[in-house]
Amino acid sequence: MPKKLIIDGVEIEVADGTTLLQACEMAGSEIPRFCYHERLSIAGNCRMCLVEVVGAPKPVASCAQTVNELRPNPDGSPNVVFTKSPTVKKARQGVMEFLLINHPLDCPICDQGGECDLQDQAVAFGVGGSRYHENKRAVEDKYIGPLIKTTMTRCIHCTRCVRYMTEVAGVEELGLAGRGEDAEITTYLEKGILSEMSANAVDLCPVGALTHRPWAHNARPWEMRKTETIDAMDAVGCNIRVDTRGREVMRILPRNNDSVNEEWISDKARHVVDGLKTQRLDQPYVRKDGRLVPATWDEALAVVADRLKNTARERIGALAGDLCGAEEMFALKDLLGGLGVVNMDCRAPHEALDPALSRASYIFNPTIEGIDEADAILLIGTNPRIEAPVLNARIRHRWRQGGLEVGVIGQAADLGYPYVHVGDGPDSIAQLIGKGAATAARPMIIVGQGAFAREDAAAVLASIAKAAQSLGVVKDGWNGLAILHTAAARVAGLDLGFVPGAGGKATAAIAAGGVDVIYNLGADEFDIAPGPFVIYQGTHGDRGAHRADVILPGAAYTEKSATYCNTEGRAQVSARAAFPPGEAKEDWTVLRALSARLGRPLAYDTLGDLRTQMYRAVPHLARVDAIQPGDGAQALSALAARGGSVTAAAFQAVIADFYLTNPVARASAVMAELSALRHAAGRNRVAAAAE
Amino acid sequence: MAVRRLHPDQPSSFAFTPENVAWIQETVAKYPPGKQASAVIPVLWRAQEQHGGWLPEPAIRLVAELLDMAYIRVYEVATFYTMFQLAPVGSVAHIQVCGTTPCMLRGSLDLIEACKRRINPDPHHLSADGKFSWEEVECLGSCANAPMVQIWKDTYEDLTPELLERVIDTFAAGGTPKPGSQTGRTASCPAGAATSLKDPALYDGSSIGAWKRRFADLEAAASQLAGTAPADKPKG
Repeated sequence: MPKKLIIDGVEIEVADGTTLLQACEMAGSEIPRFCYHERLSIAGNCRMCLVEVVGAPKPVASCAQTVNELRPNPDGSPNVVFTKSPTVKKARQGVMEFLLINHPLDCPICDQGGECDLQDQAVAFGVGGSRYHENKRAVEDKYIGPLIKTTMTRCIHCTRCVRYMTEVAGVEELGLAGRGEDAEITTYLEKGILSEMSANAVDLCPVGALTHRPWAHNARPWEMRKTETIDAMDAVGCNIRVDTRGREVMRILPRNNDSVNEEWISDKARHVVDGLKTQRLDQPYVRKDGRLVPATWDEALAVVADRLKNTARERIGALAGDLCGAEEMFALKDLLGGLGVVNMDCRAPHEALDPALSRASYIFNPTIEGIDEADAILLIGTNPRIEAPVLNARIRHRWRQGGLEVGVIGQAADLGYPYVHVGDGPDSIAQLIGKGAATAARPMIIVGQGAFAREDAAAVLASIAKAAQSLGVVKDGWNGLAILHTAAARVAGLDLGFVPGAGGKATAAIAAGGVDVIYNLGADEFDIAPGPFVIYQGTHGDRGAHRADVILPGAAYTEKSATYCNTEGRAQVSARAAFPPGEAKEDWTVLRALSARLGRPLAYDTLGDLRTQMYRAVPHLARVDAIQPGDGAQALSALAARGGSVTAAAFQAVIADFYLTNPVARASAVMAELSALRHAAGRNRVAAAAE
Repeated sequence: MAVRRLHPDQPSSFAFTPENVAWIQETVAKYPPGKQASAVIPVLWRAQEQHGGWLPEPAIRLVAELLDMAYIRVYEVATFYTMFQLAPVGSVAHIQVCGTTPCMLRGSLDLIEACKRRINPDPHHLSADGKFSWEEVECLGSCANAPMVQIWKDTYEDLTPELLERVIDTFAAGGTPKPGSQTGRTASCPAGAATSLKDPALYDGSSIGAWKRRFADLEAAASQLAGTAPADKPKG
């Protein structure tokens, strides 16, 4: 039953269960807080959110007080709440004074300065000076992980980090030990936190107790320009904000998007920043006498054009990597079409997803928000904790609310929530066929690259589709077939049809040497056999560049505006935060220039023109932040109809090392250190943690 | 400063005795399934008692595993309550001296000086022979017998520094002093003769307990009126 309140003279009606703080915010009254956070459980220990409720014996902690538990007025009139009265002002000043008693005078050397909740609220709600003349307490710094720099003297014991690690990240390793003045946030035996999402705790910390170690003392928030863009480190499409100072990307922070990443990003997405500055290809190279020598764009493009013109089209192939935006893949496909080339593929070797089988056969159909509604999840050939940590956190969040059963077919790894280890390989899927509909109202099957990228993948997917049909995973108003990609570029590539044409060769065949010339648009995750002449367009001196005969330097994901479709099929557009180094150019412009050399100039000279053409070809890419659904039942039938036989081989992990999954990450010193620490800790992600 | 930390020297492992294992199972059974974490304080206390009065780090881990809790959660509890000794205590006696106001007014500071002299200048540190340690604690609820100390589960009250030394001597010699008032009085009865409740009429049944006789008299009077002898009245 909704409840009426009068907050600062504004009459408002709110639903049962709303807290007083939420009600005040709805009424337009800003409430300061330190320990309260919308995505964490309520602690109520900072006391900064105190408001005055008429009839209450003392100020009320509005974050913890639900409106329906307020003592009703004897005459039945709505409760009257004040947030700007002298009592409340005094309460806030008192709390602020107490918080500042033991807080060190670190502002000039504290990284949080300029974006510090304590600073902001002290100015807004605190007292002008201090009455404290005694000594302040100091706290020893703790080791909480390689990414988190701790200055625990600054800690105000809000316990947001403790609640975040326990509830969201799923690693119950932080706690508040001791009590009173001697309370300290610590880990058990200072073991350090091994989590892929640990750095989000630093965002949550309202003061400078937890700061980002890789960026310590680098920049002040006011000297950086903020660009809202999209992450490309995995296929979740986390919304990020890239902070740059001049040409340099200083840091990457998460942006709020309730449908995709809530408020979190993985440690990899956040700390690859130094990888954007090292091992960069900043000028074209051409291999002469077995060695790559620097070249001008003119020379390089001339070599490439010459090769392409003098090779039969059946002997030309193209590959698109994991970090490509839709625009460059579209331009490349266009260019290849002009040459009549059909050997092109954006997929990983042996990846059996096919855009011809309806969009619903290769996207995360229930959507990430749909995880909140699922009551049964079957993970097949995937370790979401490593492949998509933010999505895994969403599953964990759903598990915490109760009523979720999780099963795993594949490797038994520590996912952060309990599950039933149903089996290891395709045999376990076969057992689900013909068993009858699942009892769950909203069952979800999450299929990962371990299942859809192997030699028998088409047969595996057919088996999964039959099991899905049998279990009733696709029904009215619910499509529970969820394909979990690992590459940011994949879904857009499939949408664009960057797959072999009739009679064309797929990735494995192209990479094995089935063609004489390969145009490699940033594919660095597999080897290309010796033999073919490789033109590599990418950003880092990684595997692809080392194999290449011509290197054309492109732009990284923070250096171009590009359309990415995340694993849900949601089209999101990134923004350019900085310029690529040296002679490197935006990727589509390289292809446009090459097309001119080939005598078949592409029909667009600006990004806008390219997008117009692209949207004509694939209209749903224009509907930014929206998802174009596919026909679920049709997708299942199409998948199930494909033949082949499965092998009994168990599903293998596709990602050997979470921190080294793409060229940007591999160029990053921070990622290298994290990877080394993970190996040293001996924490094998594949260790069984199943129920 | 009372920063609570684990002691640097820890035993390599800890295991409960079979009796304690059985007791733990009984204790956990008191709570609904899934809520066994409620037993963390009694189980930690049992571990401390078993280990000679202090709580080693392996015990904290074992308790966490037994109760299906994260290690850090048990660590939080163990560091929060000062009753959990995180450093080794004296093998014979750990002396907890009350320092709250009534005891302080009656000379607890001198007792603390005696401890510093006799055992170790610092609290929570072992004496040279490892048999004793001491600490100052909050009110132990024996204010009428101030100043006093608690050693294990007994209190030793009405102390002076000399009496405390005598208690320590007895422990050191292998004996157990008689708990309670060390000056010989019963509980907190007045030392020497009573100064109140001296009227003999209080003890001859004329006032205290007189109500029983009043009821018996009333009953007799009532039965006389009714004309029946009290003995013939049917028992109700």
